Amino acid sequence: MRIELVKRPQHSVLFSALSPFIALALTLVAGAIMFSLLGKNPVDALYYYFIDPLRETWSLHELAIKAAPLILIAAGLSVCFMSNNWNIGAEGQFIMGAVFGSAIPVLFPQFQSWIVLPLMLILGLVGGAAYGAIPAFLKVRFNTNEILTSLMLVYVAQLFNDWLVRGPWRNPQGMSFPGTVRFHEYAVLPEIWPEAGRANWGFVFALVAAVALWFMMSRTLKGFEVKVLGQSPRAGRFAGFSAGRMVFFAFVVSGALAGLAGISESSGAVGHLNEKISIGYGFTGIIVAFLGRLNPLGVIAAGLVLALTYLGGEAAQISIGVSDKAVRAFQGMLLFFVLACDTLIHYRIRFVGARAGAGEVAQNV
Amino acid sequence: MQGTSTQQPLLETRGLTKIFGSLRACDGIDLAIAPGEIHALLGENGAGKSTLVKMLFGSLEPNGGEIRWKGNSARIANPNAARKLGIGMVFQHFSLFEALTAAENIALSLDDDTPISTIAAKAKALSYSYGLPLDPDALVGDLSVGERQRIEIIRCLLQQPELIILDEPTSVLTPQEADKLFETLERLRAEGKSILYISHRLEEVKRLCDAATVMRHGKVVDHCDPRKETAASLARMMVGNEVNAVVRPPVDGIAEAPVLLEIDDLTRPPATPFSIPLRHVRLEVRAGEVIGIAGVAGNGQGELFEAISGEALQDDPGAIRIAGTECGRLKISARRKLGAAFVPEERLGHGAAPRMKLSENLLLSRHSTDARAYVGPLGVIRSGAIQATAQRIIRMMDVRKSAEDPEAAALSGGNLQKFIVGRELDRQPRVLVVNQPTWGVDAGAAARIRQALIELARAGSAVLVVSQDLDELFEISDQIAVMHNGELSKPIPVAEATLEKIGLLMGGAEPGHVDHGAEVA
Repeated sequence: MRIELVKRPQHSVLFSALSPFIALALTLVAGAIMFSLLGKNPVDALYYYFIDPLRETWSLHELAIKAAPLILIAAGLSVCFMSNNWNIGAEGQFIMGAVFGSAIPVLFPQFQSWIVLPLMLILGLVGGAAYGAIPAFLKVRFNTNEILTSLMLVYVAQLFNDWLVRGPWRNPQGMSFPGTVRFHEYAVLPEIWPEAGRANWGFVFALVAAVALWFMMSRTLKGFEVKVLGQSPRAGRFAGFSAGRMVFFAFVVSGALAGLAGISESSGAVGHLNEKISIGYGFTGIIVAFLGRLNPLGVIAAGLVLALTYLGGEAAQISIGVSDKAVRAFQGMLLFFVLACDTLIHYRIRFVGARAGAGEVAQNV
Repeated sequence: MQGTSTQQPLLETRGLTKIFGSLRACDGIDLAIAPGEIHALLGENGAGKSTLVKMLFGSLEPNGGEIRWKGNSARIANPNAARKLGIGMVFQHFSLFEALTAAENIALSLDDDTPISTIAAKAKALSYSYGLPLDPDALVGDLSVGERQRIEIIRCLLQQPELIILDEPTSVLTPQEADKLFETLERLRAEGKSILYISHRLEEVKRLCDAATVMRHGKVVDHCDPRKETAASLARMMVGNEVNAVVRPPVDGIAEAPVLLEIDDLTRPPATPFSIPLRHVRLEVRAGEVIGIAGVAGNGQGELFEAISGEALQDDPGAIRIAGTECGRLKISARRKLGAAFVPEERLGHGAAPRMKLSENLLLSRHSTDARAYVGPLGVIRSGAIQATAQRIIRMMDVRKSAEDPEAAALSGGNLQKFIVGRELDRQPRVLVVNQPTWGVDAGAAARIRQALIELARAGSAVLVVSQDLDELFEISDQIAVMHNGELSKPIPVAEATLEKIGLLMGGAEPGHVDHGAEVA
């Protein structure tokens, strides 16, 4: 017997909706197997991963803190990916947004006014957008593969940031730890509801950005342009849309939001700039974008799920001693299953019974 | 039929059936091909001809019924098995590598590792003996479509098939090249080989074929002897009812009518190594007339279309004028705003985005010209307005569809073409440029599209039609120009044009020598 994929005449609405859940379920099964092999009780492990972090209010705030950058990055990436541009460098744009925005409190610590924070956020947007524009320029001008350039620029950004926080921007009173001075009060992103927990306005930015991009993609001519150029470039050219300008648009939008996520992280959750400002948000954002079906609203839900794996990973590490590398394995499995399940949207599975004979004339006259 | 009743058929199908989802593409097909017979398979697009042939050649597996080869039941699992039985096929769309030579292409399809030089010698000998001369060392990229087809035919003949399937072989040939092909086919028949000849060109079927099987909606509707039928009676069998003839009322005073589309010394270097440069193309299309551009596929028609539409810009602003405005440097949206409309050859992926709904595909070509109606503040699409227009076009062109507002890819090629043409006609454009208006469209819908093009012109627009279908051009054009190797001939008024004249120009004869050439032919 063999298994065949048969193309559906029209994409399946049912499996469009169902596929992320099938992927989640498969990830849980595969995760349970992984924990059993590690010698842990899989039920306990999954409980600490997925249930325990949801039981306390402060913990929900932590969830929002982790989810905010993921949603911001993935909402931008979903637009970028829909236009068939492959920005793999959100991690670098996140770091450059944090670096640009942090420049004000680090370089001008005496400049203290209410305007500092808005300026930092704008600089964060600009930094991410400018850094995203580099692979866009290379693609349009030299036809360079944007997957490679955007990915390689991540390492440039990481090393640049590392050099800054160990070198010129290092806090002189920091006991030689890498990192800048702590930001003054005007440079800190405030908490939404300080009595309940630490969640800051970054989460609000994320929700606003996701809703705005959803509106753009589903209701406006710009969103139509993104989708047409992404699906069939030639039809896009026939429509009079410019593929080159779309490359810049896609990278600038996704870069800017990654930059905003970066500065929100350093001025909000962390409070200064250090060498570990990102814990892989930019890469996890790719998973979030796909898990959210490249739909900015879906991205909100997907961002919360992935944020949960971060928190759950910490919880499981403390309570049952699973390595923090298990989080990455989890996320990898999730992306794998999401992409695999997406096949079901355009194809259905058919089981074909084995049959002998390959075209010879049967001698049964 | 040459005594098929006493003779065992070479190939026979009994109740052959293929089902795709809910569609019975082939429904209980009975077909018998005698040895030494040219058997026509007639039917409109979507009648199930291709599905049937794919089952005979092993590319598709039947859901039911039986194929019998020389009286024995046969299972043809793949094209290789078909070749082993003795079935060869020449496809409508060639599968040749342009960067390789003819002999190398042939070698690729053979199983054994015969040296290329041996293959080249064999291919050359075979090609000359059948009157299809072929240079085995020529690069495919340098060959004309007719010559490429020869490679496919020789490749097929080298495997010494007893049954040769030809899918629309003359659709890419000039009339003279087609004559040569017919001679070859008649020789093959004289040698006792059988040919299954798929076509919708009734005149050539009448001339060439001994028997015909007519298909409609996946079923065999008739077996007949085409030599005893008329083109009209064959058409009736194919379509199921009478096809309305296209009416082309005469125009007066066309010489004084304003020029709405002017192409003035348009030259374009080749965009890729295998595309055709345009050389000094000149043409004027006046309000009220239809001008047809004939030519074998791949002689620069696609490049010309892109240049006129503005998908490819010109260096010289004056190379293209629409309604008197120089627009060589203007992009497609700006040209549309001057009143021009365009229908490209490819439907899916060029004229329409496959995975988008029909209403969204309406927006594809009309978002700038009808911005006021379709786009509101903040760039918000007025979905009610585009839905209403899409439904109006669907009614006007009688687009058959399975859902209220389906994705473009869910429509059959013909129905999508009706929508795409209707989308542009609905604007009442002053200039309409159409590439292959009815390619793959059933006869009834084709007549409707052709009539609509003529009516648009007579209402005062300029219409330019690029087509490989000469019958179509003779039916709708007031003048016909011929494209060959990137050059465009002077348009010939249709009253003075003959099939021979146009055919010679398509084959590359100098425009000045046409009259002599016609005598020779």
